[in-house]
Amino acid sequence: MTIETPIFTPEPEKHVLRRALSRPSFVIGLAITLAVAVMALVSLFWTPYDVTRVAVAGRIQGFSWAHPLGTDHLGRDILSMIMLGARNSIAVALVAVGIGMGIGVPLGLWAAAKGGWMDEVLMRANDVIFAFPSLLSAVMITAIFGPGAVNAIIAIGIFNVPVFARVARGGALAIWPREFILAARASGKDGLKISIEHILPNIANLLLVQATIQFALGILAEAGLSYLGLGAQPPMPSWGRMLFDAQTRIAIAPHLAIIPGMAIVLTVLGLNLLGDGLRDAIDPRQRRPR
Amino acid sequence: MASYVTKRLSIGLVTLLLASVVVFAVLEILPGDPARIMLGMNASPETVATLRQEMGLDQPAPLRYLDWLGGLVTGDLGRSYTYSTPVIELVRERLAVSLPLALISLFLSTAVAIPVGVFAASRSGKLSDTIAMGTAQIGIALPNFWLALLLVYVFAVGLQWLPSGGFPGWSNPLQAIKALILPAISLALPQAAILARVTRSAMIETLGEDFIRTARAKGLPRRKVLWRHALRNAMIPVLTILGLQFSFLLAGTIIIENVFYLPGLGRLIFQAINQRDLIVVEGVVILLVASVILINLVVDICYALVDPRLRTGR
Amino acid sequence: MKSLVTVFGAAAITLASANAALSARTDLVIGVVLEPPHLDPTAGAAGAIDEILYANVFEGLTRIGPNGEVLPGLAESWEVSEDGKVYTFKLRAGVKFHDGTTFDAEDVKFSLDRARAEDSVNAQKVLFSAIDTVEVVDPLTVKVTLKRPQGSFLYNMGWGDAVIVAPESAETNKEKPVGTGPFRFDRWARGASVTLVRNPDYWGEPAALEKAEFRFVPDAAAAVPALLSGDVQAFPNFPASDALEQIKADPRFAVVIGSTEGETILAMNNAKAPFDNLKVRQAISHAIDREEIILGASNGLGQPIGSHFSPANEAYEDLTGLYPHDAEKAKQLLAEAGLADGFSATIKLPPTTYARVGGEIVTSQLAEVDIKLEIIPMEWAQWLEQVFTNKDFDLTIISHTEPNDIDIYGRDGYYFGYNNPEFKTVMAELDATVDPEKRNELYRKAQRIIAEDAVNAFLFQLPKVGVWDAKLVGMWENSPIQANDLTKVRWTD
Repeated sequence: MTIETPIFTPEPEKHVLRRALSRPSFVIGLAITLAVAVMALVSLFWTPYDVTRVAVAGRIQGFSWAHPLGTDHLGRDILSMIMLGARNSIAVALVAVGIGMGIGVPLGLWAAAKGGWMDEVLMRANDVIFAFPSLLSAVMITAIFGPGAVNAIIAIGIFNVPVFARVARGGALAIWPREFILAARASGKDGLKISIEHILPNIANLLLVQATIQFALGILAEAGLSYLGLGAQPPMPSWGRMLFDAQTRIAIAPHLAIIPGMAIVLTVLGLNLLGDGLRDAIDPRQRRPR
Repeated sequence: MASYVTKRLSIGLVTLLLASVVVFAVLEILPGDPARIMLGMNASPETVATLRQEMGLDQPAPLRYLDWLGGLVTGDLGRSYTYSTPVIELVRERLAVSLPLALISLFLSTAVAIPVGVFAASRSGKLSDTIAMGTAQIGIALPNFWLALLLVYVFAVGLQWLPSGGFPGWSNPLQAIKALILPAISLALPQAAILARVTRSAMIETLGEDFIRTARAKGLPRRKVLWRHALRNAMIPVLTILGLQFSFLLAGTIIIENVFYLPGLGRLIFQAINQRDLIVVEGVVILLVASVILINLVVDICYALVDPRLRTGR
Repeated sequence: MKSLVTVFGAAAITLASANAALSARTDLVIGVVLEPPHLDPTAGAAGAIDEILYANVFEGLTRIGPNGEVLPGLAESWEVSEDGKVYTFKLRAGVKFHDGTTFDAEDVKFSLDRARAEDSVNAQKVLFSAIDTVEVVDPLTVKVTLKRPQGSFLYNMGWGDAVIVAPESAETNKEKPVGTGPFRFDRWARGASVTLVRNPDYWGEPAALEKAEFRFVPDAAAAVPALLSGDVQAFPNFPASDALEQIKADPRFAVVIGSTEGETILAMNNAKAPFDNLKVRQAISHAIDREEIILGASNGLGQPIGSHFSPANEAYEDLTGLYPHDAEKAKQLLAEAGLADGFSATIKLPPTTYARVGGEIVTSQLAEVDIKLEIIPMEWAQWLEQVFTNKDFDLTIISHTEPNDIDIYGRDGYYFGYNNPEFKTVMAELDATVDPEKRNELYRKAQRIIAEDAVNAFLFQLPKVGVWDAKLVGMWENSPIQANDLTKVRWTD
């Protein structure tokens, strides 16, 4: 279970971004991601219809001017549900990544700075978490605390912790022996200070790439959990549950299953392209996917 | 080398022991009384109490943990509350579905991914490479249960080539294999997409190394260099990912087995969680964890064999 | 998208003509939603056990017929004493258990005594609570003496929990059920199916089917393709009623909508504020739109009910007009209860489709009268513990599938916390009454009391949506009890 950490030369953010923008895949990824984000933001204050009100009499309609993407089995507007579903997916995945970074990165930096038995203990704890198949554990966690968006976030977040801990530790270990760190040590700075002032900025790019990947995985995981009925609960729509609700009707109303599925694929695709573009821009030699 | 293996092995065992504590503790706090669930809505409290006693649920938790751990060591995983059969037997029955499913998926994903990865690497930067990798990107983004849904409606309901779900048992091997094809494809495609990308980048790296240049300079044909020399050396990262994917395939089938209602390990555990058949959940989870640890151990040791530097580090 | 539909249509036609070429078959694959935890109907409440074994493998003294009537089973006739306390059953001769042992009065005594014993794990012990003694008169005669007359005794003896088992095999029935029925247990592939085969030594008319496989198809989504692809030929309880339109249009299948004993209710915690207030409960009953719930949660197939009673029963009284859908009236009642601004509550939903979808609709409807619900979905395990056992809930949606179970409103400590001495008196009278006409009158009175008290919001009678191959005859249309009696099922051609 060794995750290789690319060794790279840190460089100013500006160059990275310029190089990234010259790559078509990055631009496509950015465009898709922005589109989804905008949709989610708009849903905060406006959706075409109120999805908390059902209108069963007008259920399962096809495309029309009134309902551009049709209506579902309870007569709710699918476009509105997709918009709210985008918000739900992004919120869950974003917070889950936040949890992973917030806990994992300090742990990884700490392990790299201290070394010795502390490093060993942290890495063993990581091994224990890694040893649990993640979806399985997510199902168990939501079974204990009950289904819901918050518990889905926790379940997904927990599995981001060891990922970020490893990436941060690996990145930090590669930087510690460098000259400018030695200089900082010589000037009397302690491990904590060096980690924050020198190590963190230098592994920020690396963490950003990992964050995009985990973000995409988080969206897929959220879809899986809510497909199993363990994610966000109604009336809050989620893409995974829309798929679940649609599957018995796929022969009579295939659009009910195709639209949310496409939404998931597009969003994950956008984020992965974004992540790859960033990685290539940071380190053109290291074109290594996950 | 021996001391390295001993060290890795003991680390693996400690991890497993810790994991067993975690599993047991987590399930202790799972709400829901198994005895009540078995007896249903109208059962009297006395009946429930009788059954609790019969199931040994009235014992204190640490005692039950030690009891369970003792059983684990001797290969006895206890008796299922709901099925009242030994857990190990249930696992054996379910493995007869999950293991072949995982193996077929692994075979499919390897059979698709490696040729595509090698091909893309050999055409690195060209249009065919871009198309192959673009397709792989979409493959990675596919939720496997959605793919499963679409496959069922095209190949089972529409064309009626393959069954829509269920498992007829191995007494009829042909039917059994047919029942596993759609689930295996649903599982394999997204994995194949990841594997193809790993293969490609490992190949590109290897192709840039000196010995490949030497081989080319010696006049060996391009095809031979690609498949014989480069691929062999690119296999290490590919095998790592395969190891990870295998444990994922074995455990990560919860959703797919639900879509196809296959009586495999994933569904066993999903049902067991919902029915609070804790002893089954504990048994299956610890077996899965053990298999993950074992696979990683093997991969690590293989690494060390190939690259002696790794023995001292970490 | 359109071409996809065309593909399905074309394929459907091909299969239909292919099937016609086959001659009458004697095997059947039946889809059931739940897998039983074990196979002993006398040791567990799971309806899934009865769905496979009742009447097929195990038989009782009496049996419940397709329309809920009491028919002779292993007892070919019986006599009831004047005071209604002594039942003398005349047993059928020449009946053998599947393991070859002979069925006689000793087995009856063993089964009834076992079911009502102190340490019995029979989930319906209440069925046997009236029994005082069971005596063997001769090998083919059993005398059961009751502590008090019980109008429903013969009906009770027809339940799956009251089937007759042999002392030799009682302990192993969970794994390998041995009964007297027309089918023998063959094989249980855990997680996949239970297979039964014809019993050649059956005492009655032998079954037409040689082999019946009950296959577990856990969710609605899987049931549709399983049926359409021909993998499963019959779903006595088709879980995906929303796909019915499509199946009805397909000549390969027969769709039969029957009735069940499942009263689906929006249960309220009568012991907890504000649901302890009659006006609040009435307001909720007015606020819900039963028609919309039926359309959404049962695809328009459920029969509306106004009390906790099956419309199929002859004692049924139509009380659906008591609380018409009227949001203004509901608001007014809430204002009278001092809750003019509405209130917030939770609704805990078990995993069935009718509950989950019904819950979403109820939440939307109650929002119209400013009652804000938070939906909490749960698995059966949690639902049983939190709602049913610990009574920790505000609202829930549940179908009570036990037949004739209005007496639950008179039980102390029952989960919805209703307590009305008047109702209990009616129940006590009912228990002591044998005359059918008087019993019906008492049943009507009971229905009115709970409807007027708006104990729960009564939604609809759960429909039994049976879908099976059009060439199959003899399947039950209704389900007066949870069972799939295959004795008369056969293929035509």
